[in-house]
Formats: sequence, structure tokens, C-alpha cells
Amino acid sequence: MKKLLAVLLSLAMLLSFAACGGNGGGETTVAETTVSEVKTPENPTIRMSTTTSVNDSGLLPYLLPVFEKATGYKVEVQPAGTGAAIQKAVDGNADLILVHSKASEETFVQDGYGVERIPFMYNYFVVVGSAEDPAGIKDSANAAEAFAKIEKAEAKFVSRGDESGTHKAELKIWGENVPDAETASWYISAGQGMGACLTMASEQGAYCLTDKATFLSNKDSLDLEILLSEGEDMKNTYSVIECNSEKLSGINTEGAKALIQWLTGDEASALIAEYGKEQYGQALFYLIEE
Amino acid sequence: MEKINEAFELLLKTDRELFQIIFVTLRMSFFSTLISCLLGMPLGILLAGWKFKGKRMLKKIIHTLMGLPPVVAGLIVYMLFTKYGVFGSLNLLFTVEIMIIAQVILITPIVAGQTLSVSSVGAKNLLETAKGMRLSNFKIAKLFIIQNKASLFSVVLTAFGRSIAEVGAVSLVGGNIQWKTRVMTTAIMLETNKGNFSFALALGIILLLISLVVNIIASAIIKQEEEE
Repeated sequence: MKKLLAVLLSLAMLLSFAACGGNGGGETTVAETTVSEVKTPENPTIRMSTTTSVNDSGLLPYLLPVFEKATGYKVEVQPAGTGAAIQKAVDGNADLILVHSKASEETFVQDGYGVERIPFMYNYFVVVGSAEDPAGIKDSANAAEAFAKIEKAEAKFVSRGDESGTHKAELKIWGENVPDAETASWYISAGQGMGACLTMASEQGAYCLTDKATFLSNKDSLDLEILLSEGEDMKNTYSVIECNSEKLSGINTEGAKALIQWLTGDEASALIAEYGKEQYGQALFYLIEE
Repeated sequence: MEKINEAFELLLKTDRELFQIIFVTLRMSFFSTLISCLLGMPLGILLAGWKFKGKRMLKKIIHTLMGLPPVVAGLIVYMLFTKYGVFGSLNLLFTVEIMIIAQVILITPIVAGQTLSVSSVGAKNLLETAKGMRLSNFKIAKLFIIQNKASLFSVVLTAFGRSIAEVGAVSLVGGNIQWKTRVMTTAIMLETNKGNFSFALALGIILLLISLVVNIIASAIIKQEEEE
């Protein structure tokens, strides 16, 4: 019995270590704010509907405590795929959104649900795959060329298939040549989040298009390498949008405005630019210069 | 109402894929139920009627495992069958077969526990009578099944319901791959993640209808047998 317990305990510890590996290394570098007394705002809860990548990469858990400490607001983050993230806001269940799918964002604003689309940071999608690189995409000029090689070699490729921002970016790169998942067995449409898709690609030795931040923060548990990065068709822009209180009821406009102002301000910019340097030796997100 | 109409129109449009998903769902649920019942029912009957060493401990283990979270069952199976896992060389990850394995781990304790609880009282009486008549163990088990047909049948339906409604384990080990391992529950999860809430709800209604049809057919078969 004791032996069994010991085995179980060490297994649990091992698992929790693995889980810790997925953290973007944020917690150690949270800046100390020296505000002695912060007045709690009248409506202190801000509901933020966002894409999984900014949360799972550890960026929001790294940024938001600083904002909360300085202002007294409490930010409730609801991470989901971009589609669901926007739908939740349309249904009136969020005060602001932080997503990365330009076309959907523009529709959101045009339909009157959002006040204004504010692009504030970007990074690059990367194509990852096994080190063997069976389709030989390593020297491709851009993602479109790499995808064409993958299709020609019929090498396994894991697609998000969930209409998320990353999936939409992938479809844009395929253009008119989107493989049909029914007939092309090498094209695996997983319909899951980024982390699950990367795990699947790793298991199957498949290629995958991913945002760099999520990949780097999961890298240790994956049998994958970055094979192609920074092609001109691989830019990934994140925007914040305040939900429109004229169209939706119960919106914490003040809170949303405060958070957007802070995210696009100097303090957050400095933090974002530093994020990831300590752990990965490179920044994961870049600021959009005005 | 308009949204629901829209959702059903969409359903009809994607009918070929939908039928494929329903087919995978039924295949998975059928085998999960079958195997769990073949393993769990004898175990439950054994626990109800026979005395043996370690019986109390075994009962406790089964009752604990009845509360096993599906995700945990999925995780265990995943770690066994991952590329570098113990059974990694079998290449079963992200197939319907492995979804069935995960569900069997999840449902067998439930079948055993329920079989035990629906049959504890009857089993004791039966065992006493049977001992008096000096029947063989095999004959006792057979008598027992005949006597408890109705309640054992409800255990089968519980197992089926558990299997068809389960999402945590099957999405993890099956991977929700389109045209391959996508089932109704993971399709609902996907549509929810896409933000197509009304379409997801429509899929949920279809899932319930499938369950209803299976229940009706199964009850009809049992009723007919009883009349014969």
C-alpha cells in the first residue's frame, strides 16, 4: 500500500511539473507597484472574452495582476476560440474582447457590437513539424510555398478546424487549395485548441501552423521544431475592442476603457516587449508602433 | 425561433457529415456498452452473491471508481498509448478503438456497482435456495440473470447513456478528428467553441433523439421477450 502511494505521489508530482512547464515564465517578473492605497472602482469587475493563445501563453496571467494592483479592478478572463470569444461578447457576456481575426473583428464592429478595433500587438505564426521534415519545407520563402510542398508530399498536417483566428489564418494561406479532409487523409482536421493540436502533431509526426507563443510555452513536451517562421504571410495581429454599451446592456464601459487604455499604454508596452525574453531568449509579442 | 430554424437548415446541409458522425457515435457507444457490461455485470453478480476474501475492499474500489472523472480516465489511457507510452507501438491513439478502451475503463465500474446494488437482496435469497437445491455456480448465475432481467436491462441503458453523452475522455484520446473520430458530443463542443451556439444546441437535440430511439427499441425488445 505504501509503495503504491509513493508511486502515485511521484506520478502526480511529475504531472504537475509538466503542467508548470506550460507557464510562460511570467510570475517571476511581475513588476512591483508601489501604490499604497488604491480606491476600488464603483464597478470593479471587468469581463474579458479572449482567444486562448494570449492566456495559455501566460501573457495575461503576467500582465493583468499589475493592472489589477494599480487600479483595483478585477479582470475575469474567459479564454475560448476566437469564434466563441466573439459570440460571447455578441450575447452581452463581456465588456471587451482581445482576439486575432481581422475579418471577424471588423464584422463585430460593423454590426455595432464593438466600439472600435484597436490593433496593439502582433507576432508571427510559425510552421512546426518533426525534425526530419519529410516534405522539405525548411527553406520555403513563405507559408504558402511550404503548404504547397506539404500537399505535394501528402505529409500529415494537423489543422485546428475550429474557425479560430489561427484556423482562419491557415485557410487564408491555403487560399483556393484548401485540402478536403474527407478525401485527403493526410489533412487532419482536429477541431480542438492549439495545445491539443500541437500534441496531436507531435504524436503523429505531422506539420502544424501555430502561434509562436503557444508553441514555445509547450515546447518541452513536444517532439516538434520550428521549421518556418516570419514569412510575410504569417503575421498575427491582436486587437482589443470595447463592447458597445449602446447596443448591449450591462457593459462595464469604464472598466473596459481603463483596461484598453492601460494595455495600449507605456507600462503594458514595456512589459509586453520584455515578455518571454528571460525564459525563451526572445520576445513572444511585438508592439505595433503608432 | 429564427435562429433554431437556421440551425436545422444548416444541419440538413451538412447531413452527409452528420450521418457519419452519428454512425461513429453509435459504433463507439455500442461497443463501449457491450464490453463494459460483459466485464462489469459478472463482477457485480459475483460481488452480490458470493463470499470471498477481499470482497469489501473490491467493493470500495468499485464504488470509488464509479466517480472517476472522464478526463482522468482519458488521461490514463492517453499516457499509456502515447508515442513513448507502454502501448505506444500499437498506434492506437486518435482512433475509435482507443475511445472505446477509455470508455470501458470509465463505465465498467458503473456497471459493476449498479449490478451489485440492483441485485444484492435478490441474490442472497436466490443463493440460499440454490444451495438447498445443490445447483452448480453456473446454473445459479443463469437463474440470477433470468430473475433480474429487467433491472439488469436498466443497467445496460445507463451504460449506454453514459457512453453516448461522454465528452472528456473521448475528445482527449480520440482527438475529435473530422471524418474519423468526431462523435456527437465532441462535435457539439467544437460548434460551441466556434461560437455557433444554436447549431450546437440543435446537435444536442439530435443526440437526445438518438438516445430516445435506442431506448424505445430496446424496451420494445425486452417487452416482447417477456410476453413470449
